[in-house]
Amino acid sequence: MAEPMRIRATMAGDVADVKVLMNHPMETGTRKDAKTGQLVPAHFIQEVTATINGVAVLDAEIGGAVSKNPFLGFKVKGAKAGAKVVVSWVDNKGDKNSAEATIG
Amino acid sequence: MNALRRNVLKSAAGASAVAVAVAAGLLKPTQAMAAWNKSAFEAKNVGDALKGIGVTSPADSKDITIKAPDIAENGAVVPVEVSSGLAGVTSIAILAEKNAQPLVGTFGLSGGAEGFISTRIKMGQTSLVRAVVNAGGKTYTAAKEVKVTIGGCGG
Repeated sequence: MAEPMRIRATMAGDVADVKVLMNHPMETGTRKDAKTGQLVPAHFIQEVTATINGVAVLDAEIGGAVSKNPFLGFKVKGAKAGAKVVVSWVDNKGDKNSAEATIG
Repeated sequence: MNALRRNVLKSAAGASAVAVAVAAGLLKPTQAMAAWNKSAFEAKNVGDALKGIGVTSPADSKDITIKAPDIAENGAVVPVEVSSGLAGVTSIAILAEKNAQPLVGTFGLSGGAEGFISTRIKMGQTSLVRAVVNAGGKTYTAAKEVKVTIGGCGG
């Protein structure tokens, strides 16, 4: 099952600084297992979306070239402290995960 | 005997119903994945990848800043930060030009999101990291070279 992800959202002036850390192996499908010599099947996050108080702010498509346990940072102008940030992702196997945090 | 037979039949019918449900459930992620830009991500060179995300001849811009290490010791984790002073940024794409599959990701921004994306990428070898920014209906680009001492794509 999907591991938890961490979100930290802080205000800097009138800009919300959102940092997200997702737990995911991010296998490209081109890496070989050192012991068996077999290709490790691709398993990576494909889509990441984020909303603040229900308003979409980020809609990302990523590939296997994003590092393991992906980190994503973005900034949203005009967000208010106390607003709810929701981040969710879907990977190439259809697994999904979602987490929320409050801008502090 | 009859009762047992009935139960077996019932559970068989139940199991197939579950299978149908699973199949129906599996359809959803497949459909969701159809939205993922497969051709662009599987493109083997920068030109095809850019074509895949609908970019043709972006203009070089000094208003895009790529913050990445000059030398990355570990190609598996290269921190990259793209920020742009351009007005009305709607999307940022990041490419590692010499990766087997150059497109790293596209980031659509809306709802007050600023022209800023920070992430960590894998790089197979020393290469230009290119950012393509869509702002106000136009496409701009900038690149920065990152030297990689240990590759992060495969063994």
